[in-house]
Amino acid sequence: MFAQMTSGLDFHANALVLRAERQRIIASNIANADTPGYVARDLNFKEALSQLTGVSGGELPKLKMQTSAGNGTTATNPKHLALAGLRASELSGSALGYAVQSQPSADGNSVDLDRERASFVDNSVRYESTLRFINGQSKTILSAIQGQ
Amino acid sequence: MSMLSIFNVSGSAVSAQSQRLNVVASNLANADAVAGPDGQGYKARQVVFQTVPMGTEATAGVKVKAITESNEPFKRVHNPNHPSADAEGYVNYSNVNPVEEMVNMISASRSYQNNVEVMNTAKTLLLKTLQMGQ
Repeated sequence: MFAQMTSGLDFHANALVLRAERQRIIASNIANADTPGYVARDLNFKEALSQLTGVSGGELPKLKMQTSAGNGTTATNPKHLALAGLRASELSGSALGYAVQSQPSADGNSVDLDRERASFVDNSVRYESTLRFINGQSKTILSAIQGQ
Repeated sequence: MSMLSIFNVSGSAVSAQSQRLNVVASNLANADAVAGPDGQGYKARQVVFQTVPMGTEATAGVKVKAITESNEPFKRVHNPNHPSADAEGYVNYSNVNPVEEMVNMISASRSYQNNVEVMNTAKTLLLKTLQMGQ
């Protein structure tokens, strides 16, 4: 029963992890804006989220118990529960791509600083909205539990 | 807390950009330096940036790989009365191009600001995450 109550939270938690990942990728791009030969990366959020949750766009999130072990943690006791969340190796292939160059530069650097800054702001707003979804849902659950 | 490594990435960039700014300051300070007794004047310096992988595939910081010296010819001025003049009466000045250095300075300072902005945003988001559920 509790899994049903928190399944929505799990979905948003996955989204939040991906937003943090994208924020990190964009920060790398901005840090390397002056490095010769650096190739800008970006995350296809839709692709990454459906890889992570097994839900394709438009559908409602299905109930899915997270059982993936790993996550950088090691279970030293068979009774340890696996942590839900993203492993860095899970993010691969189609989700992690290369930004397309709009104005090629002589030193082979493909960072478009204007676009990266815009993406950075966009991503941080979306990160905050996901946070608010989680906060709102947890408040709803809490008030349901207290019944007041 | 995967976002904590943003501080490493942007921190490395801020440090690299400040080193670049340091080199610019040194070049501008020596723009009018006269060659020493060996006839070699001050050579303009440039930093070379290089990507440093940090953890996962798409997370990359930056570092200063090397500082190179410019091989442009020295600026030669005819002034036989100058104490540093050579046999032909020419004085060798440094090969610093002040216009280039000013442009370099503006670029370094903008990049520095960008990375500070990134760190501020990451900090705000992390603090909001800590308040989750309150």
